Amino acid sequence: MTDSLRAETVRITGHGGDDIEAYLAQPLDEGHFGGVVVIHHMPGYDEGMKEITRRFAAHGYLAILPNLYSREAPGASPDDAAAIARALGGVPDERLVGDVQGAIRFLTSLGTSNGRFATIGYCSGGRQSFLAACSLPLQAAVDCYGAFVVGTPPPDSPVKIRPIVDMTKDLSCPLLGLFGADDKYPSPEHVVELEEALKRAGKTYEFHSYQGAGHGFFSPERPGYRPEAAKEGWQRIWGFFGRYLVASDA
Amino acid sequence: MCTYQTEKLEVSGSGKGPEGWFPLSSATVYFDHPSHYLAEHSLNIDFLNLDDGVQSRVAVELDPVSARGLAQAILETLQTVEQLFG
Repeated sequence: MTDSLRAETVRITGHGGDDIEAYLAQPLDEGHFGGVVVIHHMPGYDEGMKEITRRFAAHGYLAILPNLYSREAPGASPDDAAAIARALGGVPDERLVGDVQGAIRFLTSLGTSNGRFATIGYCSGGRQSFLAACSLPLQAAVDCYGAFVVGTPPPDSPVKIRPIVDMTKDLSCPLLGLFGADDKYPSPEHVVELEEALKRAGKTYEFHSYQGAGHGFFSPERPGYRPEAAKEGWQRIWGFFGRYLVASDA
Repeated sequence: MCTYQTEKLEVSGSGKGPEGWFPLSSATVYFDHPSHYLAEHSLNIDFLNLDDGVQSRVAVELDPVSARGLAQAILETLQTVEQLFG
């Protein structure tokens, strides 16, 4: 860990060559560091997500949080931006992948990257983390209770999101999954379904499901916060990133 | 979970946002994570004018019981008005 870091708003080039906002946090120590792209949840690019981004820097990683709603609501408060983006149809999967790719390019340009990158996402970001890891060459990915990686909405459901378990064969890196055993989306059955897909595809994964925890257990400002599960989950994240993001000569 | 479910409709009227009154063009209704109300999910309504910019938004977040009560109150009010004025 380090107590010397810098965090600031930056501009990066995202999908389609678009100039978008991002929040960058980086250690100020000498050396080269693994990079983490933090994918925010549907409620938006908010204070909680920025705190998480700074936490990664404090633990010795280059961390960047792209504002996925930059195009729809530049400069808006997080809840206004999320509302506008929702009204306009949300974040297309292809655009998400392009923005993550742009974030990785930006981290590379800093000159302090060790060339290893991961994505981490929470809730809708968990699904998007899996999506990015199946679409880009990464060294690690973390899915925190992402709904609709698996599971097909009913035929008459208005849910307009595509399950992406069929992309499992393209997963480029080890996957850490952190889930609440009381969650309904994803449910324990959904988690088993994803695990079976990973086994069939011969992928490296590590899953943990926490009893007494449901959806959103990492978020201190939400009723679903579960401090024991969150503390244990963070330890799993540090162990996982320590194995896959830290260069062997570090 | 993030529910992704959003009902969107065109509306006509006015709303008062942080910068004053503005004409409404649309509304979205969704059951999803709230930004302020302390619950995992709430019935959220955004009254918007997408042509005006992000400041043109009136937002509410309701627990489901309150949302049903509000919906019922709206319908009863309109029914009463129709009876009075035809």
